[in-house]
Amino acid sequence: MYSEKVMDHFTNPRNVGEMPDADGVGTEGNPVCGDVMKIFIKVRDDRITDVKFQTFGCGAAIAVSSMVTEMAKGMTLDEAMKITKSSLADALDGLPPQKMHCSNLGADALHKAIEDYRKKQGK
Amino acid sequence: MKTIYMDHVATNPLHPEVLDAMMPYFREIFGNPQSIYEPGIRAKEAVENARAGTAALINAKPKEIIFTSSGAEANNFALKGIAYAGRNRGTHIIVSKIEHHSVLNPARFLEKSGFAVTYVPVDKYGTVDPDDVKKAITKETILISVIHASPEIGTIQPVEEIGRIAAERGIVFHVDAVASAGNIPVDVRALNVDLLTFAAHQFYGPKGAGALYVKEGTRIVPLIYGGIQEGGRRAGTENVPAIVGMGKAAEIARRDMQKRMDHVTPLRDRVIDGALKIDRVTLTGHPEKRLPGHASFVVEYIEGEAMLLLLAGKGIYSASGSACSSKALKASPVLISIGIPAHLAQGSVVFTLGEGTTGEDIDYFNETFPQVISRLREISPYAKGWEGAEDPTCTVKK
Repeated sequence: MYSEKVMDHFTNPRNVGEMPDADGVGTEGNPVCGDVMKIFIKVRDDRITDVKFQTFGCGAAIAVSSMVTEMAKGMTLDEAMKITKSSLADALDGLPPQKMHCSNLGADALHKAIEDYRKKQGK
Repeated sequence: MKTIYMDHVATNPLHPEVLDAMMPYFREIFGNPQSIYEPGIRAKEAVENARAGTAALINAKPKEIIFTSSGAEANNFALKGIAYAGRNRGTHIIVSKIEHHSVLNPARFLEKSGFAVTYVPVDKYGTVDPDDVKKAITKETILISVIHASPEIGTIQPVEEIGRIAAERGIVFHVDAVASAGNIPVDVRALNVDLLTFAAHQFYGPKGAGALYVKEGTRIVPLIYGGIQEGGRRAGTENVPAIVGMGKAAEIARRDMQKRMDHVTPLRDRVIDGALKIDRVTLTGHPEKRLPGHASFVVEYIEGEAMLLLLAGKGIYSASGSACSSKALKASPVLISIGIPAHLAQGSVVFTLGEGTTGEDIDYFNETFPQVISRLREISPYAKGWEGAEDPTCTVKK
């Protein structure tokens, strides 16, 4: 049902945890629907220097969260804004069709974290 | 890696004696039971022997057994067959809210076809109150259908009382006994039922073999029209090996039932005791009136499919009623009907034991399950509580 890459990121998720001093935080999803992703970012000179995540959800949701943190680390904010659901799914060698939308919230949560950071900077 | 199968409510391996009984009917005695020459006659005899064995499991007469391809077919047959046979007398049907999809979906189909359906609620343990059934009866009611035991929460219904109410009012009573028949005593006379669904793979028989008990004298319209098989009530060339397997499995279940129940009950209790020691884990279904091999829980702050996958990674196979683990991406209607909020229903997990389960399996389970839960709680944003998770609406497009 899941690719080897999904299973790898699910069983050994990268960058798990909270970041108390995060520069931006984004949450997407709802436990009623099944999946919630919370992404924390640290930003220096417009570049993401560290990322952490916490996820409530199925195997796909956890794998997507892990993958999005791996992809985003080291990217500029503009580059990270270009990560999409489909680029995430591709990086995981695909997701089952029914998991494409509800479990694939990693990009949205990351974008929200970036928006949060930018809003705070704008102050 | 050692694997521990804890999903016996999904299906079971074939009993070795059942396989032996079935084997000759694939190649040697392959005749069509409707043929009049020797191989046909022998196949016919085998089907009738199996019918007697299957009937005895539920204390029915052989001629009251109609073989089907599955429990789902038998449930569809019961609902549609009784509704269409009785539509001149009335058009109202009563079912419980915790029926299997193979009862709920035909009920919805009948609603679209001009029947009215009342869905009787259940209490927090998933038990139907017979009084609620009584109150739902109108002069139009022609059928009451209630599940005997829930595969999701294990609760056993007071079907005998409901059967008495139905009999007093002359209403046909159907029981879906797929999860119970072969695992606990089911006696159609004692339970006052007119129709009863059961399936062979739930008691170590083959998949693709089910049966509908139809009490002598009950009028039912076929679901599958065609030839004269099954007394003209279910057309299609008999699946002889599977039917033989069902008959054999029924005989063994009748012979070994007490032994099997005595085996799984204490193991089941150890699963429940072990799981309930973990913080924020609650039992779903009735604490006592439940299937002997059935333990089901809600684990807070984490999701069921993730639990199943991590457990499977450790060799433990189980089930969940979470939205993510269902192909329909909907929380189980059974869990919702017993009042479990949708975000908690996500943490549903079900363990069902069988004759192969050992004490060491349960030791390993009780050691592994808490590890899997802590692992996922380490990842969860809610590990410290449900704060910020109160929004009851689903904002994500599916």
